[in-house]
Amino acid sequence: MCLKIETVVENVGVKLLQLAVIKLPQDVKEALQQAYHEEESEAGKTQLQAILKNIDLAEKTSTPICQDTGVIIFYIKAGAQAKNLDKIEKALQKATIRATKEVPLRPNAVNPFTQKNSGDNTGRYIPFIHWQIVPGNTIEITVLPKGGGSENVCILGMISPGEGVRGLKKFVVDAVMKAGAKPCPPNILGVAVGGGADIAMKLAKATLLRPLNKPNPDPELGKLEKELYEAANMTGIGPMGLGGKFTVLGVNVDYAHRHPASYPVAVAFQCWAARRASARIHPNGTVEYLTHKVV
Amino acid sequence: MATYKLRTPISEEDIRKLRVNDVIYISGTMFTARDQAHRRALELYKEGKSPPLEMEGLAVFHCGPIVRKENDRWIIVAAGPTTSTRMELFEDEFIKNFKVRVVIGKGGMGKKTTEAMKQYGAVYGAFTGGAAVLAAKAVKNVKSVEWFDLGMPEAMWILEVENFGPLTVAIDAHGNNLFEVVQRKVEESKQKIYQKLGV
Repeated sequence: MCLKIETVVENVGVKLLQLAVIKLPQDVKEALQQAYHEEESEAGKTQLQAILKNIDLAEKTSTPICQDTGVIIFYIKAGAQAKNLDKIEKALQKATIRATKEVPLRPNAVNPFTQKNSGDNTGRYIPFIHWQIVPGNTIEITVLPKGGGSENVCILGMISPGEGVRGLKKFVVDAVMKAGAKPCPPNILGVAVGGGADIAMKLAKATLLRPLNKPNPDPELGKLEKELYEAANMTGIGPMGLGGKFTVLGVNVDYAHRHPASYPVAVAFQCWAARRASARIHPNGTVEYLTHKVV
Repeated sequence: MATYKLRTPISEEDIRKLRVNDVIYISGTMFTARDQAHRRALELYKEGKSPPLEMEGLAVFHCGPIVRKENDRWIIVAAGPTTSTRMELFEDEFIKNFKVRVVIGKGGMGKKTTEAMKQYGAVYGAFTGGAAVLAAKAVKNVKSVEWFDLGMPEAMWILEVENFGPLTVAIDAHGNNLFEVVQRKVEESKQKIYQKLGV
């Protein structure tokens, strides 16, 4: 291996950020195209057409799809046998600073007390890194640049355990109806129940990383996803809240076991510009890109 | 539903012709303003001072763009709209004091803004959220940037635009609000949805 691991991770980090903000994953593009073909509302169709045109222009001109390139969140699956894991955090910070200049990304890291924008997308705990130790010797890195509009309607409810799954369903559709046009529909919903307040929200957001065309491994949850998808699309909110059939493109559900007294339900909203990119780094420094074709 | 091409400064009379669901394209001068720029402009007004731009007849764009500097020139890279409801706190005063004629953003605005638009003659133009590259394409030139100390997204970017749109008139100067209409329909479908879910 000629390059140091931190250099490889830094380069991969920059590349992932660039891929994510410029080019949507194929499953999201296909879902938007399908929505465009099936949308019946005139205003909704106009919005979806503008969205498809914008996605195409972004790819052709290598420009970020949306000016809000999000707060930068990384998910890492670190092989227990992989070396130099302690170098990764620093490397991804450097990658974020470089990508902010090179892509460019909008500087989106603001100190909540002084209101000062750091200017380079880094700051206290930002970019945020979720770590998972897995068997093996590879390092899998996923970036989720998370836009603010859809983030502002994410919601957590500590509902009564007695209400159970019925309470969960009502909570999710109520969240969609309350959010209305704000999260840039059509959205993808990440829904998670159980664990605790923090765990439910963490799982809800992480489940947004599952491609729309990949069914839930648990068929019962798959049924619930379909039910919630249909209910959300019955609201008539439609693309950009101007009315129509497509309020959501998909619903992904996950869960954790819960405390007997608690029933936390988290709903994470993702906008139509559902950006994500992943890569796997092997011990010899070779890199496989998992969500995008890289030549 | 009609399509109009408007050039700034836009007169109150031209604005009063527009109805919800019309589509408009704007050419001329527009400027970006988010929470901080709204707040600062209104504070200056209160102190009897003028903001750095004469805003009457112009369009204010709820947007925090990505901007790049090339050979001392600013280039707008991406410039989609941001969520307008955050500006609901300021927009009625903003319309009243500065006589902006078009407010551009996404997600719509509330009763206070709708009322101010009716009273002073302004419309809300909904631009597709996230369609940042489409928007940037219509920007011909960055005239100047004010209040850069607020950071790139919150600064006031003064832009020269050509056929900026399509903007769906979602609030007109007659008190109609398209987002409220959709919201009402959502309310009406609520019981049906609950029933389907068995909740």
